[in-house]
Formats: sequence, structure tokens, C-alpha cells
Amino acid sequence: MRQNDGMTLIVKTVTRISVWMILLYGIYIIFHGHLSPGGGFAGGVIIALAFLNVMLAYGRKFTSDWLNIGFLHDLESASATLFLVIGILGISIGGAFLANFITKGELFALLSAGTILPLNIIIGIKVGMSLFLVAWVLAGSKTVKGE
Amino acid sequence: MPVEYWLIFILIVMIIASIAALEMEDVLSSIVAIGVVGLGVSLSFLFLQAPDLAIVQFLFEIFALIILVKAFMGKEYHKEEPSRINKILAGITVITLAAIFIFSVSVFELLPPFGEPLMTTSQYYLDKGAQDTGAANLVSSIILDYRAYDTLGEITVLFTAILGAFTILRIKTKSKKDKTEFSHAAK
Amino acid sequence: MIVYLLCFVLLLVGLYGVLTKRDLIKIILSIGILGYAVNLLLILFAYRKGSIYPILAKGKEVSQMVDPLPQALVLTSIVIELGTTAMLVALAIKLFEKYETFDITQIRRLKG
Repeated sequence: MRQNDGMTLIVKTVTRISVWMILLYGIYIIFHGHLSPGGGFAGGVIIALAFLNVMLAYGRKFTSDWLNIGFLHDLESASATLFLVIGILGISIGGAFLANFITKGELFALLSAGTILPLNIIIGIKVGMSLFLVAWVLAGSKTVKGE
Repeated sequence: MPVEYWLIFILIVMIIASIAALEMEDVLSSIVAIGVVGLGVSLSFLFLQAPDLAIVQFLFEIFALIILVKAFMGKEYHKEEPSRINKILAGITVITLAAIFIFSVSVFELLPPFGEPLMTTSQYYLDKGAQDTGAANLVSSIILDYRAYDTLGEITVLFTAILGAFTILRIKTKSKKDKTEFSHAAK
Repeated sequence: MIVYLLCFVLLLVGLYGVLTKRDLIKIILSIGILGYAVNLLLILFAYRKGSIYPILAKGKEVSQMVDPLPQALVLTSIVIELGTTAMLVALAIKLFEKYETFDITQIRRLKG
């Protein structure tokens, strides 16, 4: 029972600082997906790993208090729907499903490339939330004997 | 040193590590050996000029390692020794796979040689990608603009896989105590 | 050519694991090896000698870039693999709860 409450004090203190840096790096990777290597998939996995870091260091119960798991579920489903909404907006404005209907802007600017940036953000949220939730559920199943 | 020699070296290490992963008894050793294979793939992606994939593959490794260790460590169970028929069947499988390998050498001769891809549709993406989408990362412009349907399908598959995992783990199974009763009832 | 063949050997090793191993953990790992080999083979087809990664920057010529299309396909495939691996692990955990073993010769009944 003691082991389920996370790791030692050193790990917890380091995690308290490092998790925000990992989250920031994930967000950076997502927002620069159309300019440099990375994008929604890589950034989403980094965000999932940041939450997983908290779960491994502090235990499962603390994480479910810190994060609202039901809200993460809603965020995951909503991002899948938002992808479709942007696709359908493409029909009404751009003339085809998932058409790039926002102006492209300058080539190397951060706010450029039309719908690629919002779609990257949506995919990042989707991948991050779903992978974290899977790990959360797998960690919660009591399979080891004696626990 | 050309890229090809590096790749041959990495691939040989990966083959050895994968055989080790399959043949070792200890679960933790197998998972670590699979990690070696995955990092080899990530390194090869870097040599093949695919930095996007190298990042994603590296993160995949970390995530898969955490999941596998958390799920499979500390589980004791009885393993039956493979009987003689099993060993013979494994030998037959190896011979069949070797035959498949020898016959498929001629298939690989038909493919374009290493280092000279076909570049038919891709040439259009390279030439017009920046102009059509305004993104500097051409891989990003393909997955989210030219072929966004692909990404939509990917999101659907991921969503379904996650729902499946949730559904499977939420079912209450009968414990071992019930199982013995069940086997009595089956007789 | 020899690179393709070595990558094919890796795929055959994964196939050997799926066909002969009787441990569910080993089967899941073999499926992982199969996925690695297929992804790597697709990217090997995309490589162009003496080229750079397909990301535009000032002073880089488009004619010296590798094929970006297989990279885009493999990027989605890697994430799907992660989802399927999680699904397989969930199934294996459920089977362990029921039968208390990962040996597929002892997992006989498919009901209940």
C-alpha cells in the first residue's frame, strides 16, 4: 500500500519542477510543427509523458485529484469533433472537405500555413489526452497478486 | 563513411537484439532488448533524414517501455516446457521463413535501388508545397493539408483503440476461485 | 539492396516470433518488431543519396530533399501502433486476471 503512494521525496521535488518544463517543451513542439521537426503527434506524446511523470512520481490517487479525469475525457472527445468541424467549415468556405480556408500568410512566420496550425493543436490535445488516459487505466488495473 | 554502411551496422545490431528479445527468459531483459531495437529504428530515421519520425519514434519507445514494464513486471506464472513436437514445428517454421527469404531476393531486385526513389507525386509536393500550404515543414503540409483524410482516419483508429482498452479493462472478471467452480460446471 | 534484405530479415524475425512463441508477452513484442521493420522499410524506399530532410529553410534547394510522402504515412502509422500496443496490453492483462497465466496453451476456453 505504501508503494502505491509514489516515490521518494527527491523524485517528488524534482518532478514538481521538471513537469512544467516538459509541458512547455511539448507546447513549443506543437506550435512550431509547421516550421521545424515535430508537430501534433510528437508534442502530444510529450504532453502525455509529462502527465505520466506526475503519475509515476506521486501515485495514481494524487493524479486523479490534481487532474480532472472526466474533463480530460471530454477534451479528448471534443478535439476529435473539432477536427471534423474544421473539415466541414472547409466545405462551406473553401469548397472541399478539409480545405485550407484561412489565409496562408508569410512563409516562415509563426502564424502562417492556414488550417495547419489549428489542426496541429487539435491533434496534439487528442494524442496527448488519449495516451495519458490509456496509461492511467492500465496502471489502475489491479493485477499483481497481493495488492 | 557512407550512410549505407551505418545502416547495415545498425540493422545487424537490431536483428541480434530482436532475436535476444524473443529468446530470453526474463521479461525485463526482453523489454530492454525491444528498447534497443526501437532506438536503432530511431537512429536509422536520423541517418535517413527524417527528423520528425526520429522524435516520434524515440517518444514511442519511452511510452511503450513504461506501459510494458507497468503491465508485465512482477507477474509469476507457470510456463510449460516446449515439447518435442513444438521444437520440430519451430524448426519447420525457421526453414520455411528461410525459403521465403531466398525466394524474395529476386523481388527486391525489381524495386528501385537504394538511394534513388521514384519521386512522382512527391516531386509535386516538394515543388509546390510551400506555395500551396504556406508551411515550411513539408511533412506537416502533407499530413495536415494534402492528405488530411489520412490523419482523420488515424484519429478515428486511436479513438477506437482507446475506447476498446477502456471497455476491456472495465469488465469485471471472475477470480480464480470462481474459475474452479466454472470448470466443474463445464464437466 | 543489402539494406532492404537486412530489413526484411528483421521482419521475418518478427514473423517467427508471432508464429512460434507461446508466451503472450513475446507475441506482443513480436508484433512490435513487425511494425518497426515495416516502418523502416518504407523510409528506406524514400531515401535519396546526398539529400537533406524535407524542411524548407533559407538557402536550401528543393531538388536536394528526400521523398516526404512515406515519412508522412509512417508518422501516422507509429502513433496507431502505440494505440494498438496499448489495446493488446489491456487484452493480455484481462486474460491474466482470468487465467493467471500468459501461456496461450493454457488459455483454452474462449467464453465467459
